[in-house]
Amino acid sequence: MPEQLVFAMEVFLNGLMAGVMYALVALGFVLIFKASGIFNFAQGVMALFAAMTFVGIQNGQVPFAHLINAIFGTKIHYFGWEVYSVFAILLTVGVMILLAWMVQRFVFRHLVGQEPIILFMATIGLAYFLEGVADLMWGSEIKRLDVCLTDNTCLPQGINLAIDEFTFEIFGYGFFIDNLDITATIIAILLVTLLVVFSQYTKQGRAMRAVADDHQAALSVGVSLNAIWILVWSVAGFVALVAGIMWGAKSGVQFSLSLIALKALPVLMLGGFTSIPGAIIGGLIIGVGEKLFEFAIGPMIGGATENWFAYVLALLFLVFRPQGLFGEKIIERV
Amino acid sequence: MLDQTEGYVTADGRKIGGVVMEMKNITLRFGGVEAIKDISFDIREGEIRAIIGPNGAGKSSMLNVISGFYIPQQGEVWYKGAPRPPMKPFEVARQGIARTFQNIALFEGMSVLDNVMTGRLTQMQTGLFAQAFWKGKAEAEETENREKAEKVIDFLEIQAIRKTPVARLPYGLKKRVELARALAAEPTILLLDEPMAGMNVEEKEDMSRFILDVNDEFGTTIALIEHDMGVVMDLSDRVVVMDYGKKIGDGTPDEVRSNQDVIDAYLGVSHD
Repeated sequence: MPEQLVFAMEVFLNGLMAGVMYALVALGFVLIFKASGIFNFAQGVMALFAAMTFVGIQNGQVPFAHLINAIFGTKIHYFGWEVYSVFAILLTVGVMILLAWMVQRFVFRHLVGQEPIILFMATIGLAYFLEGVADLMWGSEIKRLDVCLTDNTCLPQGINLAIDEFTFEIFGYGFFIDNLDITATIIAILLVTLLVVFSQYTKQGRAMRAVADDHQAALSVGVSLNAIWILVWSVAGFVALVAGIMWGAKSGVQFSLSLIALKALPVLMLGGFTSIPGAIIGGLIIGVGEKLFEFAIGPMIGGATENWFAYVLALLFLVFRPQGLFGEKIIERV
Repeated sequence: MLDQTEGYVTADGRKIGGVVMEMKNITLRFGGVEAIKDISFDIREGEIRAIIGPNGAGKSSMLNVISGFYIPQQGEVWYKGAPRPPMKPFEVARQGIARTFQNIALFEGMSVLDNVMTGRLTQMQTGLFAQAFWKGKAEAEETENREKAEKVIDFLEIQAIRKTPVARLPYGLKKRVELARALAAEPTILLLDEPMAGMNVEEKEDMSRFILDVNDEFGTTIALIEHDMGVVMDLSDRVVVMDYGKKIGDGTPDEVRSNQDVIDAYLGVSHD
C-alpha cells in the first residue's frame, strides 16, 4: 500500500510541475485578453518565435540566411560566434518588444473599435504570418535549447546547477522529479511575482489596469491606449519567451511548439480568461488532473487519457460555469 | 456688461480672472448631421460656467470637443491664449483638463482609493526603470500622490468607502468618486457632464455643495452641462444655452432667464 501511495504522490507532484508549464502559456493569453479584449491566437506562435530567436542568437545564426543565400548565391549560415545565454535573452526581449510595437502599429491600431471576432481573426492571421517569418528567419530544423538547465557548458568549471533528475527516498521507495520541472516552477513563481509587483505598484501597471477596466475612463485620466497596448504586447512577448524557453528546453525547439497554445485553452476555460491567479490554478488543476486520471482510471479504459482529459474537463466547465473559476461573471443587461 | 480682458466680480464677491479657454466658431458634423453649428464662447479662470439646453441640443458633443473626444470640422479651441492643435483625449487630460462622464466611467474592478489614484497618473514623473531601481524617489512620489489623493477623498467625504470596490457602490456615490478622480488630477479646468443626472433631491444638494466648495477651496475653473435648470441657475456664474446645435443665449443666469429664445426653447415653440 505505501508503494501505491508514494507513487500517487509522485504522480501528483509531477502533475503540479506540468501544470506550471501550462500556466506559463495561459498567462500570456490572460494578459492580452484583460487589457485589450483580444483573444490572442498567436500566443503559442509567439512562444515558438521567441524560443527560435533565442536559440538563433545564442548559436550566432545569421537571420534570413536561406533567403540571403538564395538571392545572392552566398553560403553563409553562421556568424561564427556564440552569445552568452544572458545576453541572448536580453536581445530576444528586445526583439519581442519590437514585435509588439509592429503588431500594434501595423495591425491593431487600424482595428480599434472593431468586433472581437475581427480582432480574433487578425490574431489568426498574425499566427500564420509569424510562423512563416520564424521559418524564414531561422530555418525549420529542430534545435536543442540550452540555458544552463540541462547541462553545464555555459557555466564556469566546478559549479553544477544541472542535475537531470532529482531522486530521493521515502519509505524505502525512490521518488523522482525532473530537474527542469523544478526550475520551471521557480521561474514561474518569480515571473508571477514580477507581474503582480509591476501591475500593483508601478505607474505603468496602474495605467495598464485602468485600460483593462475602461478605455474611456483611462483616456480621461491621461493614459495613452496605444502606449499601453504596446506595453501589454511586450509583456506578453516576454511571457512567451519564458514559456518558449521552458518548453523548448523540455522538448526541443520545433514547430510543434506553437501547438502548446491548444493546451492553454482548457486551462483558460477552467481559470477564466480574465484572471491571472485563475490561469495559474487552472494550469495546476489540469496538470494534476490529467496525470492522476491517467494513473487511476487510465489502465481501466486503455490509457492515453492525457490527450483528451483536459478538453473534456473544459467542456464540462463550459456547460456548468462558462466564466471559469475566477473569471468575471458574464452578466448581460437587457 | 462683462469686462473682456480683466474679468469681473460675481454677485457673491468672487473675483473671476481672464479667459482660460475660448471656443471659436466650432462646427461639428456626424455625416450629414450638424451637431454643433458655429458656436463661440469663452471660459474664464475661476468661474463656474454652465452649458444648458434641451435634449439633443449638442451639449455633450460640445464637452467632448473640449476634452478631445471629438475633433470639430471647423473652428478652433484656444487654451491658455494659444490655439490648440487637434489632440487625443489623453493629451488633453495631460494638459490639465479633467472630466467626468454622463454615464459614469469608473474603473469598476478597483477600489475607490485606486480609482482616485489613477487621477494622479498625469502628475507622476518617475519612469519605469527609475521605479524599479531608484526605490527612494519612486516611494517619495507615491507617498506624495497618496497624500493628495487622500486629501481629495477627505474633501468629498468618501473616507468610509476608501477600500470598497467601486462596482459595489450606489449610483450617487459613484458620481462622487468620479468627481474625486477628476479632482485628484489638480486640473486647470474641470468638465462635468451632467453631474446630477439621475440623483434624488438630497444627492443633488450634496453634489451642488461639493461643486461650489471645489470652486471655492481650490479655485478650480468648472464647466458643467446640466439638465436641471433650477440647479444650474443657482450654481453657475455664466450660462451658455444651446438648442439644435446653435447657441441661443449666453450670459449671467438672470440675463439668460429673461432671454425670449431661451424661454421658447424650453417651453416649446414650433421650429420652422
